[in-house]
Amino acid sequence: MSSLPDVMTRDAAALAAAAGARPAPEAARDAPLAPARAALFEFLTRMGDNTLVLGHRLSEWCGHGPVLEEDIGVANIALDLIGQTQFWLGLAGEVEGRGRTADDLAFLRDVWDFRNILMVELPNGDFGQTIMRQFLFDAWHVAMLRALTASSEPRVAEIAAKAIKEAHYHLEKSADLVVRLGDGTEESHRRMQAALDILWPYAGELFLSDAADATLAEAGIAPDPASLRAAFDAAVLPVLAEATLAVPPGSFAQKGGRRGVHTEHLGRMLAEMQFLQRAYPGATW
Amino acid sequence: MYAQLVKTDSTHVRGRDEMSAEERAFQERIDRGEKIEPKEWMPEGYRKTLIRQIGQHAHSEIVGQLPEGNWITRAPTLERKAILLAKVQDEAGHGLYLYCAAETLGVSRDELMERLHAGTMKYSSIFNYPTLTWADMGAVGWLVDGAAIMNQVPLQRTSYGPYSRAMIRICKEESFHQRQGYDLMMRMARGTPAQKHMAQDALNRFWYPALMMFGPSDKDSVHSAQSMAWKIKMNTNDELRQKFVDQTVPQAEHLGLTVPDEGLRWNEEKGGYDFSEPDWNEFYEVIAGNGPCNRERLGARVKAWEDGAWFRDGLKAHADKQVRRSAMAVAAE
Repeated sequence: MSSLPDVMTRDAAALAAAAGARPAPEAARDAPLAPARAALFEFLTRMGDNTLVLGHRLSEWCGHGPVLEEDIGVANIALDLIGQTQFWLGLAGEVEGRGRTADDLAFLRDVWDFRNILMVELPNGDFGQTIMRQFLFDAWHVAMLRALTASSEPRVAEIAAKAIKEAHYHLEKSADLVVRLGDGTEESHRRMQAALDILWPYAGELFLSDAADATLAEAGIAPDPASLRAAFDAAVLPVLAEATLAVPPGSFAQKGGRRGVHTEHLGRMLAEMQFLQRAYPGATW
Repeated sequence: MYAQLVKTDSTHVRGRDEMSAEERAFQERIDRGEKIEPKEWMPEGYRKTLIRQIGQHAHSEIVGQLPEGNWITRAPTLERKAILLAKVQDEAGHGLYLYCAAETLGVSRDELMERLHAGTMKYSSIFNYPTLTWADMGAVGWLVDGAAIMNQVPLQRTSYGPYSRAMIRICKEESFHQRQGYDLMMRMARGTPAQKHMAQDALNRFWYPALMMFGPSDKDSVHSAQSMAWKIKMNTNDELRQKFVDQTVPQAEHLGLTVPDEGLRWNEEKGGYDFSEPDWNEFYEVIAGNGPCNRERLGARVKAWEDGAWFRDGLKAHADKQVRRSAMAVAAE
């Protein structure tokens, strides 16, 4: 039996019906959410996936840091971010209303459903690159969480109020290290400048807006990402100047993560992170 | 036990008549249960032995991050990931307290690190075994932390003040880790057949290496006798091993797991279990660098240290610049 003509059909649904395929049990779960709910779910996964993926990357340093105090410090930040993930993705699961828990969302979605920005999924690079990424993220995170503490959605405001205390501390710490390393030795300066050159275009994605953002901004749930740029610049530029680092020219932004189009790195990260849940479905850990 | 085969430089335990007046006064203070503090006089052998022991313990904490760190990125739930990360972070913290305690004896952390990297100082043999499945995270918490606690609880009463205080802080966290490990093991042992298999397999692989943590019998060891006289070792290796087996066997039964020892029997007369000795040849091979993971473990530490050199140098250079700048600012006023 030749299968090629079937595969070439334009009417896949009819083909499936003809083949006697049962409707996938996911069909009901895949029915679209109402637009407002969908936008909120989208937003919560963007927040939770950023903290999940960055927390995961930071946890890779555990036991391999350049000095014991930093090993402990990075693990601390990773722990905070994983804790925040439990809140964001937990709420995302509730908003979605299909019985998915934070763990289901973290461990059982594939790359196209992840909504983190590309910067956080990039491999760690050297410790300087990890710190620079943390600094850029923290500066955005503080501005975002500050706006979210005034969210019209009380549960979002509640999570933000808790997370911002941690984010302030993260920013203080990463900014301090950026200054010390940027204005340290020739080599540390060179490495920090190289890290900034790599990461700067990726930070641009934090400030891009789409339809979901517009819906949320209109409802007063979350700020328009573009509106956070001024606060970000005000936090970042003086620190980079003190660190004697030059802001790379151009405004090109690497983007895609917020709509599920990722780098090759995320798939590998998930293969590792999700291994046990995928290999032993249904087990309790 | 995170310190094994710690030498004392002694050829025999010195009698009172062989001691100088200072040494006698020192030994009497120890016998009365007084704590020795950093600036006080102490025999050179006591100081050196403590540096070896505390240093080896500190090294064990930071090398001990690696076998568990191996699973942080594969932890199966967000909560398990956080628990494991927090635990491994605690171990780094223990390393920090212990290096600080060692520094009070006149040796810097950098010096100790260099000796570790050069292979002239050891860390516990247990961390040269691989962690192959998620159940190993349970087995390490339950058995490895369990064995460490056997030794560390008595060391809270050790004669050297900073070491004793470090142990008090560490023991609180270690017993918490042990309970978490046991909880994880319980989840696995009562889980699916595959999980139960992982749990039994982990116990099979870690049982004898855990017994080795106490070190070979030291009932005839001069070094142990001297360390016990100084109260930097509180029990013999055999006493601690027996205590560990007696505590752990009923826990294994409660989990529904089988201790991999056909010679295991309850001995009514001694009120404890008879059990088989681990393979001490294997132990000496592991100590000599031939365990399954020695090269990787030490290699990972050396790499972290070398890769981090520019970072440490950068911070130091910045601190020096700040000192110069503030001196210039003062001069300009």
